[in-house]
Amino acid sequence: MNLLFIAWRNFRYRALSSFLTTLSLMLGVGLVVMVMAIYGIISEAFVRNAAVGYNLVVGPRGSALQLTLNSVYYLSQPIENLPYTEYMEFFPAEERAKMVREFGGDPKLGERDGVYAGFVGDGYAIPLALGDYFGEFRVVGTIPDFFEKLRHGPEVDQPFTFREGRALETYNEENQYFECVLGSRVAAQSGMKVGDVMNPTHGDPEGKGHGQGFTVVGILAPTGTPNDRAVFVNLEGFYLLEGHAKPIEDDAVITLPERDPDDTRPPLLMIPEREVTSILVRNGNIMHAPGMQNRINESGRAQAAAPIGEINKLMSVIVGPLLSALLVITLITCVVAAFGVLVAIYNSMNDRRRDIAVMRALGARRGSVTWVILFESLIIAIIGGAAGWLLAHVAIYSAGTFIEQQTGVQVGLFSVSQFEWLLLPFVLVLSLMAGIVPAMAAYRTDVGSNLSA
Amino acid sequence: MLTIENLIKKFQQPGGGELTVLDVPKFEIASAEQVALIGESGGGKTTLLHLIAGMLSATSGSIRVDNIELTRLSEQGRDRFRAATIGYVFQTFNLLPAFSAVENVKLGMTFGSGRVDSERALDLLDRVGLAERANYRPNQLSVGQQQRVAIARALAGRPKLLLADEPTANVDPASADSVLDLIIDSCRSESIALLMVTHSMDVADRFERIERLEDINRIPALKQS
Ligand SMILES: Nc1ncnc2c1ncn2[C@@H]1O[C@H](COP(=O)(O)OP(=O)(O)OP(=O)(O)O)[C@@H](O)[C@H]1O
Ligand SMILES: [Mg+2]
Repeated sequence: MNLLFIAWRNFRYRALSSFLTTLSLMLGVGLVVMVMAIYGIISEAFVRNAAVGYNLVVGPRGSALQLTLNSVYYLSQPIENLPYTEYMEFFPAEERAKMVREFGGDPKLGERDGVYAGFVGDGYAIPLALGDYFGEFRVVGTIPDFFEKLRHGPEVDQPFTFREGRALETYNEENQYFECVLGSRVAAQSGMKVGDVMNPTHGDPEGKGHGQGFTVVGILAPTGTPNDRAVFVNLEGFYLLEGHAKPIEDDAVITLPERDPDDTRPPLLMIPEREVTSILVRNGNIMHAPGMQNRINESGRAQAAAPIGEINKLMSVIVGPLLSALLVITLITCVVAAFGVLVAIYNSMNDRRRDIAVMRALGARRGSVTWVILFESLIIAIIGGAAGWLLAHVAIYSAGTFIEQQTGVQVGLFSVSQFEWLLLPFVLVLSLMAGIVPAMAAYRTDVGSNLSA
Repeated sequence: MLTIENLIKKFQQPGGGELTVLDVPKFEIASAEQVALIGESGGGKTTLLHLIAGMLSATSGSIRVDNIELTRLSEQGRDRFRAATIGYVFQTFNLLPAFSAVENVKLGMTFGSGRVDSERALDLLDRVGLAERANYRPNQLSVGQQQRVAIARALAGRPKLLLADEPTANVDPASADSVLDLIIDSCRSESIALLMVTHSMDVADRFERIERLEDINRIPALKQS
């Protein structure tokens, strides 16, 4: 019979007290592990969602964070818009000229290269127009390239796939300019299917309708990104909605678009009437990104933000400290629980004094009876710690589907977060410290005076 | 076996000052001898047993057990000596409540050689008539049964000297007799020297040698208070 066994028997003998102290330690450890896991999930979710295939977001001047939250996460208050000409700056002369011919506008625009065209190279610039809602979900006006070119996933190499249907088209006979694609969660929550008509509301979720719907032509497979929570509509259709055209200024120079007289398509907005909320840019050569970012920010007309940088800033300035504070609080919970262990064992020392004296009378040394007490608090620590750890992981695992839906982060039963392993020595040291006070009392227990019946 | 010479034991009094409890010029027990120790309450009988077991240290003088001079041993040395040489049976609350009867017996071996002989533990329980109670907890045993387990445990470490402090005081007369028989017979058959404190003349009369503490201790009990 070794000392550990003796400690185990003592642990079991005071079953209720042992159970309660172990329980409180379990809850403390469980809380810490959960906070650590949530910390890991949140930072992974943010960073993973910021890894979107494009490297810069260009939008109106103001808060770079808000631009990122709007364009990447479809969150936060809607922001101002940029004139369409700002979007055109990312294209070379011939494409700009084509836009002028197609939409109508100042012919001079087509006579020069866009100032950022050289930086983009064989990358891409994809416009987003925000401001409308479908229920609680943001409506995102964009072009078919959005589904072609953007990537997601941990390696940022997965293209969008459709669970049903196809990507929206700029124009076709059947739906004209009014096609839309639903993110997976929008589809799940609204119950809409391919062929249904989605009616956006203007400005905010309770805003009034436009009297024009978009036919659902595709439903995206889940991506674990904010795109699951968005409705994508054709940018040209978006422009044609009531109230989406910018009033033309009096001094604007406009050449009307060249139109085939047989063309039955409804006319599109002209360039001065068009606005974009933001532009997702990928530089063909990533080395050009910083130069372009500087040029845009120095232009005074727009700003360019790197989403990953903004998100890391957000994590380190706001979310990180918040979670750290939470972590400190839960660690204090652990210390309190360990203090409970100390109190519980110490309170029972009166009953134990006689036991200790009896063991001493049987030849046990001071050191042995001291270790029996220390082992008991170690047993509480190991059982409480392991149970708390397991509890937290089972809790997170059972919330796994929900977490994956919300964040796209998959959690396994035993996916261990960073620093989690440090908890084991922490809890052991804590419990040893809690055990030391009663153990010293055991050490000092006088044999003679505790045996005189 | 046991030789005490010029033993003096003083206690610090709670109010300050010292209280001399024992002043024993000479006291001896031969190997396998059985001695009953009687005396007034508060005379220092328990104190003497604690000194012999090395659980208290003497103020001065000499205690030799089995040719080991206790007063020269460190505390650890006395722990080791006690585990190897002494068996002890108290008046009450002998057993550790968290352990079963047989585990209590095994505890008697744990701190001595460290080697636990489960067969011998069961054998000892069988000898005290409690083989069927091996897995009972102390609170499931009668006081007499608990005392018998305590005797089995005291014998478990194969002691050379068994110290018993009024082991039958809390037991009904019939059980007291069987407990007493058990101690006396076990010690005799294993050649263990026995020093038993008792208040009962009936118990003392079972012994070949009876000592009154007043005769070996120069400090009278009354003077102490
Ligand atoms: N740790 C101690 N500190 C101070 N005084 C003590 C201590 N232990 C015992 N005494 C004193 O020593 C004296 C002898 O006590 P002891 O327990 O040896 O008597 P006893 O002969 O066993 O009495 P009883 O027959 O009632 O058990 C008592 O007066 C007691 O108050
Ligand atoms: Mg006594």
